[in-house]
Parts: sequence; C-alpha cells; structure tokens
Amino acid sequence: MSTPSDVLVVGASAAGLAVTESLRRKGYRGRITLLGEEEGAPYDRPPLSKQVLAGTWEAERTQLRTRDVLDALDAELALGERAVALDAATRTVRTASGAELRAEAVVLATGLHARRLPGLSGATGVHVLRTLGDAGRLREELLKAERVVVVGDGVLGAEIAATARLMGADVTMTGPQAAPMQAQLGHDIAQRLAALHTEHGVRLRPDTLVDGLETADGRVTGVRPVDGDPLPADLVVTAVGSTPATDWLTHSGLALRDGVECDSRCRAADGIYAAGDVARFHHEGLGRSLRLENRTNATEQAMLVAANILGEDRPYSPVPYFWTDQLGVKIQVYGLPTPTATVRIVEGDTEQGRFVAQYLDDEGRPIAVLGWNMPKQARQHRQALLDRYAPAPRVEPAAASR
Amino acid sequence: MKITVDEEKCCGAGQCVLIAPEVFDQRDEDGIVILLDAAPVAEHHEGVRESAGVCPAAAIHLHEDA
Ligand SMILES: Cc1cc2nc3c(=O)[nH]c(=O)nc-3n(C[C@H](O)[C@H](O)[C@H](O)COP(=O)(O)OP(=O)(O)OC[C@H]3O[C@@H](n4cnc5c(N)ncnc54)[C@H](O)[C@@H]3O)c2cc1C
Ligand code: SF4
Repeated sequence: MSTPSDVLVVGASAAGLAVTESLRRKGYRGRITLLGEEEGAPYDRPPLSKQVLAGTWEAERTQLRTRDVLDALDAELALGERAVALDAATRTVRTASGAELRAEAVVLATGLHARRLPGLSGATGVHVLRTLGDAGRLREELLKAERVVVVGDGVLGAEIAATARLMGADVTMTGPQAAPMQAQLGHDIAQRLAALHTEHGVRLRPDTLVDGLETADGRVTGVRPVDGDPLPADLVVTAVGSTPATDWLTHSGLALRDGVECDSRCRAADGIYAAGDVARFHHEGLGRSLRLENRTNATEQAMLVAANILGEDRPYSPVPYFWTDQLGVKIQVYGLPTPTATVRIVEGDTEQGRFVAQYLDDEGRPIAVLGWNMPKQARQHRQALLDRYAPAPRVEPAAASR
Repeated sequence: MKITVDEEKCCGAGQCVLIAPEVFDQRDEDGIVILLDAAPVAEHHEGVRESAGVCPAAAIHLHEDA
C-alpha cells in the first residue's frame, strides 16, 4: 500500500499520541487528526493511582507533552469529541456532534473503560479509577474516609489499596484470588506481595467474591461478600477489571473479541489499525492472540502501527512488560508469568527485599523475569527471554496464517 | 541536540536504555535514569528521539536545535 494521504487516530492518550509522534518522527507530512473524548491534552495514567492519588503530584504533572511540543506535531487535535460509529469499508468515523471524518488510514486507540458490576455501583461513595477526573474525585473523598474497602485484587486494586493505606486510611482489600496479583505474578511472589501489604497494615480478605453493596440513604456503608458477613466501609473503590472501549464499533464490520481483533501487523481491516489497551493482536512468537494492558505496550505498539501505516510490514511480537509501585517496592515484570511456573532467584536476596526472580516453564526454559526493587538488574535479565518471544522464522503460508 | 531528564518522573522502566544504551543508563540501586551523554553525536539522535517517544513517564526532554 502506498503512503496514505491522511491519518485519523481515535483516542488521544498514550497510544494515540505515540502514533502521531511516531508518524512525524518518521517524516510523514500528510494530514493527521487526533480525536479524543476527554477535554484536556493527553495525560498519563500510571501516576493516577500513585502520585496523583497520594497528592504528591499536581494534576498538571501528568501531561504527556507541553503545549509547544503538541503544536509542533502539526496535527489537528479534536478533543472533547467522542467517536460514536465507524464504517470500516469506507473508513468513516462519525462523532457525537454529528461530524463525519474520513481518512485513508484509521487507528483505533480508545483504550478501556473501567468495568462496573451491576451490584457494585449506584451508591454515593463508590468509585472507579481510570481517568484524571476519577483520580481527583477519589482523592477528595479518600482524605475524609475512615474505612476504605478496595474490591479487586489485580494490579490496580493493589496499587489503590497501597496508596490509600499510605494516606492513613483503614484499608481492606478483597478479591477472589489467594493473594493480590496472583494472576500476574504467580503464587510465590503474590504471597510476598500479600505479606508486604499486611506488614503495612492493609487488611486482606482473599478468596472472597463480593456481589453487593450495603447502603444507607443512598450512601455506601459496606460491601457484601457472597459468603460471610459484610465488610463495613464509608468509601469503596471497585477495581474489578476493564472492558475494551469498543462499544462504538459494534456496527463497524470489524471483528470484536475482547478488543479489536488484529493480525500480527496490528491491522484490523484494510487501512484500519489498533494500538494500545484496546488492541488484540496475533503474537507470532507465542503463536496466539494477546491483548496487553500496560503503559509501554501503548507506545511500542503505536510505533509499530506508525511504521506499518508507512508501508513497512513488521509483526508486533513484544516481550510484554509492566511495572507497579506499591508500599515502597518497585516491581518490574518482563514476559508473562504463569501460575504454575517454577520461580528461582537469580540475583539479590529475598531477605534484603531486593531480588530478581526468573520464571521457568516445565522444561526449565525462562518465560518471565521479575525485579523486586531491582529495576536495572531485572532489565538486564530480560535478555534471557528474547528467544521465547521472537517470531519464528516464516513457515508455510498455510501454517503462518493461523 | 541537547537532552535533559526529569529524574523525579522516571519510573525506572529502562526503555531508553534498551534503545540507546550509548546515551542512557540506570542507577544500580533504584533504576532511575542516568544521562551518559547530554549532547550526543548525530548518529545517536534517532535512537534518542525514539527513547523520548517510548519513555512511559515522558521523562526525557529534547532540545533539537541546541
Ligand atoms: C490508574 C492506572 C494506573 C496504571 N498504572 C500502570 C503502571 O504502573 N504500569 C503500567 O505498565 N501500566 C499502568 N497502567 C496502564 C496504562 O496506563 C495503560 O496501559 C495505557 O494508558 C493505555 O493507553 P491507551 O492509549 O491504549 O489507552 P487509554 O490510556 O485508555 O486512552 C484511550 C483514550 O481514548 C479515549 N476514548 C475512548 N473511547 C473514545 C471514543 N469513542 N471516542 C474518542 N475517544 C475515546 C479515552 O477517553 C482515552 O483518553 C495504569 C492504568 C491506570 C488506569
Ligand atoms: S524510559 Fe523513561 S522511565 Fe524508563 S528509565 Fe528511561 S527515562 Fe526512566
């Protein structure tokens, strides 16, 4: 395909901005429109559950780029404008205000919406955290709250519980797993994380499914587990996962399956690409489809999409990576740990609270690396994973197209 | 080209070091970025631009015409 004369990027956050910047960095001079539902300039989400919630950063510090840098991109920023429909065949996007935007290449970068469970919403004092606005509201109430319950034991739930605890609240974290972030960290390390939380005074209620709220006069007073007594709370944060923001794509003609389904080039249809949290792509190294919800994926995938828009033909086969900061511990994870992997310490010392752990599969091959307060050393061990995630050399077309 | 880094924003992701190891390193203790060369030669410029674009904390600032 020749270079498109114009590009429309839907979603003006980490991934959308990175597509735009990367196109320009590669010398693209065509017209670029960056459409985003949120009012303000692109900002970063990881600080929301950490520095912004804790109040150590003003909201402005999360801005990804200064006004000058954005202006220099020479892109049309259409902010505060929501896309409501796409026609994939003609690559036309309709917006809430009725405008129709057509482009030769369209990038879908609309990220995720926080999931709200029917039984766990609707009362005052119940929060989710996805946007800067959410963070501001949550912080305001956290400052007054006495008893906080965080429903959800994934990355976001664990970070919110950690920050709320550091702010002095009485915090209970509950969720269906035996230990927080077990799905992401495996059993052994998740137990260490549980111990860290407990040492800092976070009450853990593992193996618990919550399905309802207790309220009085429309305000939350607690959460109700499926079995057992209610947990009292004057503030509840639900961090029970997110859903890809594809509601607006229902009649687009694209395949939607927990995200926008793409090939290994991050292409959803002719001239249509997806990047970031919303994109499900075929990882040639792993031989399966994957959707990653982390910050570095948003930019890396965006850069690859920019390259492919300009005519390169590269598969996206990253070594997945995310980090999280909780209660003074910095955790970095490269690769995808599985719950059954064997864990061995390859550097540092668990007793000292600084180590690098390697995860091995049944055949003893490394599948993931985790750093616990050892970011640099963890990155150095990433090398051992490259073979595992590299795309296999091209094989028969019949096998490759699966 | 001149580079500045905001150590306080850096989250130690090390993406910059993966792309431009001649220009960036990380501290051994906490992984915070170390700028090895604030005014790199032209052959490293492309890598530095990519690092600044990829940095998940927007901690790397470029002054292209400095
Ligand atoms: C609180 C929090 C903390 C996090 N911490 C970490 C961390 O420590 N480490 C890590 O690796 N990752 C972290 N993440 C994940 C990381 O922030 C995401 O992976 C990243 O933001 C994904 O970027 P994105 O551009 O794909 O999507 P998003 O950042 O979700 O951006 C999508 C944008 O599209 C807009 N949009 C949606 N629908 C429409 C529409 N119909 N029309 C127009 N615009 C639309 C949205 O308003 C939004 O601005 C965190 C996420 C959150 C929420
Ligand atoms: S990429 Fe950014 S956040 Fe990561 S080490 Fe480099 S400067 Fe720090």
